[in-house]
Amino acid sequence: MGKVVLVTGVARQLGGRFVRRIQRDPAVDRVVGVDAVPPEHHLGGAEFVRADIRQPTIARVLAETGADTVVHLDVTGTPLGSGSRTSVKETNVIGTMQLLGACQKSPTVRRLVVKSSTNVYGSAPRDPAVCVETTPAKALPSGGFAKDIVEVEGYVRGFARRRPDVAVCVLRFANILGPVTETPLASYFSLPVLPTVFGYDPRLQFVHEDDVIDVLRIASHEPERGTLNSGTFNIAGDGVLLLSQCARRLGRPTVSLPLPAVTWAGSLVRTLGMTDFSPEQIRLLTHGRVVDTGQMRETLGFRPGHTTAETFADFARSREAGLLPPQAVAKAVDRIAALAAPTGDGPAPTQSAN
Amino acid sequence: MADAKVIPFDDDRSRGGAARRRGGPGSRPKGAGEQAPAGEVQALPVRDGGPEARGPVPDEGEDVPSPQPATGDGSGEGLEERIARGLAFLRRRLTGEYEVDDFGYDAELTDQVLMSVLRPMYEKYFRVEVKGVENIPSEGGALIVANHSGTLPLDGLMMQVAVHDHHPAGRHLRLLAADLVFVLPVVNELARKLGHTLACAEDAARLLGQGELVGVMPEGFKGLGKPFGDRYKLQRFGRGGFVSTALRAGTPIVPCSIVGAEEIYPMIGNARTLARLLGFPYFPLTPTFPWLGPLGAVPLPTKWTIQFGEPIPTDGYPPEAAEDPMLMFNLTDQVREQIQHTLYKLLVQRRSVFF
Repeated sequence: MGKVVLVTGVARQLGGRFVRRIQRDPAVDRVVGVDAVPPEHHLGGAEFVRADIRQPTIARVLAETGADTVVHLDVTGTPLGSGSRTSVKETNVIGTMQLLGACQKSPTVRRLVVKSSTNVYGSAPRDPAVCVETTPAKALPSGGFAKDIVEVEGYVRGFARRRPDVAVCVLRFANILGPVTETPLASYFSLPVLPTVFGYDPRLQFVHEDDVIDVLRIASHEPERGTLNSGTFNIAGDGVLLLSQCARRLGRPTVSLPLPAVTWAGSLVRTLGMTDFSPEQIRLLTHGRVVDTGQMRETLGFRPGHTTAETFADFARSREAGLLPPQAVAKAVDRIAALAAPTGDGPAPTQSAN
Repeated sequence: MADAKVIPFDDDRSRGGAARRRGGPGSRPKGAGEQAPAGEVQALPVRDGGPEARGPVPDEGEDVPSPQPATGDGSGEGLEERIARGLAFLRRRLTGEYEVDDFGYDAELTDQVLMSVLRPMYEKYFRVEVKGVENIPSEGGALIVANHSGTLPLDGLMMQVAVHDHHPAGRHLRLLAADLVFVLPVVNELARKLGHTLACAEDAARLLGQGELVGVMPEGFKGLGKPFGDRYKLQRFGRGGFVSTALRAGTPIVPCSIVGAEEIYPMIGNARTLARLLGFPYFPLTPTFPWLGPLGAVPLPTKWTIQFGEPIPTDGYPPEAAEDPMLMFNLTDQVREQIQHTLYKLLVQRRSVFF
């Protein structure tokens, strides 16, 4: 079967990996990668077309390649290289509009996969503890990536209405972590000392980058028997980690600041352009967010290979050790245990060490 | 209408102070003998007879086998063992190697630390007497519906300790809390770790679906922050959302009446302007509170009784019953009345607020 897959956002690590992966897929004849800048990594022999999805040229690319599957990965929170927030927003929103316009005109497109994020649910203390796909955001995000995502999903829904013959799959990823992927959260966890919000211990969920690639592959193929891969799905690893747990497992000390100070410092850092510590990031690290993955399991038929804890462990291994490595802490506690029971009570401390 | 239904008792209630004082220390203690406090308490629960009557007296004795080993201050075991276990606990905490569920419930922290903090308050300060704990099913989901009072939601916490320490199956109560709890720093963190979650239909349904024991206080702030004069008068039960949630999940509703919490902070006034300024639903003025500063925030050491009532089954209804407003209201009233009746019964049996 002549399957032609067009992938946007291939200049990013995730897009590159997905292209390389799907290129090896026997069911796929041709993979076309699109991005505004040439990728630094190789694409495993896939074609690369340099096109800005914010421009109408994307329609020509789509028509010329005759793609039947479009995988839209160019929806991101951070600029690639030295871009500004404005250009990111334009790529997210205008780019999606252009791409969807092109898809709507294209007679060949049969399947559209959009990378979204659980940011659409926002992060508020009044949210239910676990968000399902139908949970509306209590407070619509006022700006930033979360607002982009809400708008992107709105356009995708409009497209799905106008082209009911196209299978549309929106994948809402929880925080993507892994040895390679650079996300705002990954750079946060790489700080030597983690600033946290005093009095809050948010629940976080992670999804491993390998699982991201796997689920994108499932979504871009024909659904397997008994599953359905059109619709909106939350994608996250099993289980939950608290921010305090994450910090301890990473071995990085935390310093808790009152919420106003964190907000203020965040905006200061942002103005200075040091890192992209956006308000929604601060909200996530204050209130946390957990999504339900029942639909992912039952309808999409996808079982993530990594739990949240395993994903985080994999991520932690790829980073250099923090100032308080958990092994050292454990050893210190064991030493105290040995001191506490010096007289012939060998078994008790050993048990504790295990 | 809802108020009218409880009129027969309500009349009693309006002269409740007098009636209680008369009925309480008057009749029974004189008959039973004043110097035997244990005997008196045993005689109190007339209806429930033997098993619960043992409640207060062997309280501490009963506790020794179950929670003590967990908290680790049992006297029988060796000091080294306790230290070793404490260090193992410390090690897990410091390296982050512990588990929390999707709601952020930290079972280990709750069992080992938070419950040990609450227990002295439960056993020594409020001297909570628990009745009818066997009405809570030992497995599967159930919704415990309780009255709410006391200005600060200590009644919820005490109910959680009661279930945790006294239920034979060692069940954990997952409380549904107001959104204010999850806005406040520190409070929200502790509430999540204690297994509480936001009082909304989604969370309640999810917990019940997982077969958890869910506690809800449908009066909310209306009950918690009602003036002292209205004590033990149940407020409106929200919109009865808890009933439809229980119906959808097919889980029984266990009514629970808590006596004693009303008097811990007798709220004689409400500084509305200050409350609005701070974003709280009310700002209590008690005989002590703002006047004595932090000392005024110490609750009065009242004697509490927590009675779990007969469960009301909900699995006999057809699936569309959850959409029937009339049935909702009826069931809500049934639960409400049962709690109100039990409250009055307990009040009549109560000897005094403090003993």
